[in-house]
Amino acid sequence: MKDKTFTSKLTLENVSHSYGNVAVLKDLNLIVNPGEIVVLVGPSGCGKTTILNLLSGHINPVSGTIQREGIIRTVYQHDGLFPWLTVSENISMGLRGTESAEKELLELVELIRLEGFENHYPHELSGGMRQRVELARVHAGDSDILLMDEPFSALDYQTRLRMRNELIRLLEQRPRTVVFVTHDIEEAAQLADRVLVLSNRPATICRELNIKAQKPRGLTDPAVIAAMEEILNELGLNITDKTNSL
Amino acid sequence: MMKSRAFRFLLPILVIIGVLLTWFLISYFNLFPAYAFPSPQAVMMSFREEILAGRLMNDIIASLWRVAIGFVLSALLGIPLGLWMGQHLFARKSFVPVLNFFRFLSPLAWIPFAILWFHIGDKPAIFLIFMATFFPLALATMVAVASIPSIYFRVARDYNYKGIELLTKVTFPAVLPQVITALRVSYGIAWVVIVAAEMVGCQDGLGYGIWEARNGLRLDSAVCYMIVIGLLGMGIDRLLSQLTKLPGVRWGYER
Repeated sequence: MKDKTFTSKLTLENVSHSYGNVAVLKDLNLIVNPGEIVVLVGPSGCGKTTILNLLSGHINPVSGTIQREGIIRTVYQHDGLFPWLTVSENISMGLRGTESAEKELLELVELIRLEGFENHYPHELSGGMRQRVELARVHAGDSDILLMDEPFSALDYQTRLRMRNELIRLLEQRPRTVVFVTHDIEEAAQLADRVLVLSNRPATICRELNIKAQKPRGLTDPAVIAAMEEILNELGLNITDKTNSL
Repeated sequence: MMKSRAFRFLLPILVIIGVLLTWFLISYFNLFPAYAFPSPQAVMMSFREEILAGRLMNDIIASLWRVAIGFVLSALLGIPLGLWMGQHLFARKSFVPVLNFFRFLSPLAWIPFAILWFHIGDKPAIFLIFMATFFPLALATMVAVASIPSIYFRVARDYNYKGIELLTKVTFPAVLPQVITALRVSYGIAWVVIVAAEMVGCQDGLGYGIWEARNGLRLDSAVCYMIVIGLLGMGIDRLLSQLTKLPGVRWGYER
């Protein structure tokens, strides 16, 4: 397993992209360091998912260069699991051709606490359980880079809070490079090593924020609150002046 | 709850008894002449006669055999063709008009050709079954493939599924629930067509049995064949519906 020394490289250099006449990204530069969690936040429709599609190679940019090294896998908002495969079989997709696949499968199932559900099909699981299976699947085998496209946003609030801890726990056991897209500022503040706040279309990075605090971070951790405040300010959403709020 | 379960079980039986009773009363009061409307008793008698003569069993086997061969042939060709067309836009664009044309052509229109090309026997009937089921099967499979959510293919790419593995591990299981439904529907068509096919191109089979009964003005025997055709059709559909209970396809019926 390369869970200790893994290599990954992911850079965007002067990347611009547009759909027809609509410019979505403009001169975007981004270097994702191995092992870090980069969270992209920004207004909806600003091109967050486009950035992920560029990083995964699903689409090619209109201009600029993208470099990527390592095995990249994506977690989607929902329905990313194959419904005709059981929990075990879905996770095993990432273990094909790996030695000791069986042992690793057991470990992963244990890690996401789904013992006893190995032979269940996705439609027999709750939304949170399904996303946990997705997390286990992308961590399986020798993946290097995980792209996460609002993976928890279809879940209810409490499940979402739990899933953030779950992700941190998984990454402690099996470090990966993560690019995480979300519109949830709390999520960004709790998970990120680095938050990138994106501007409106055409998106550029208008703020970069390093959060050094130890993980897992509680929702009311001062570092998380401080980070949220900064992000909210940057997005112009920190409305505290009661007289002007109407 | 108990009451409604018993009800659900009893109601269909009551309806069947009602139908039989209506049949009995119509023939009892001679609303139609007996030769044109056989009584239940007469049909029971002819059942006995056909079974003892061994004709019924022979006809059942002949029909089942033809439907099975024609149906399997069209599944073996139609499903792969559908898979291929579903994956390639140019294939859909080029073949769909022709396939649609043939789909709307009643298979019975092929009867003259079937007999000229294949003479009398199993072959023309098998040909007609094939013509009746091939086009709907291919088209249904194609539509199912073309509407697979793109997310499955993106996931498949992340996990390095390519070529034949992509086809067998992703594309095919993704459409299997719909393919099973298409198989059931086209089996229904096949079973309807076999009766007509055997009326003209065969010397045995359930359809031929009805034709012979008509020629001999033995409508009691025709009714007994009709009952067998209906029951067999239902029975085989029941068997096919067991396919929908396979664990790997349940997801397709539980949305």
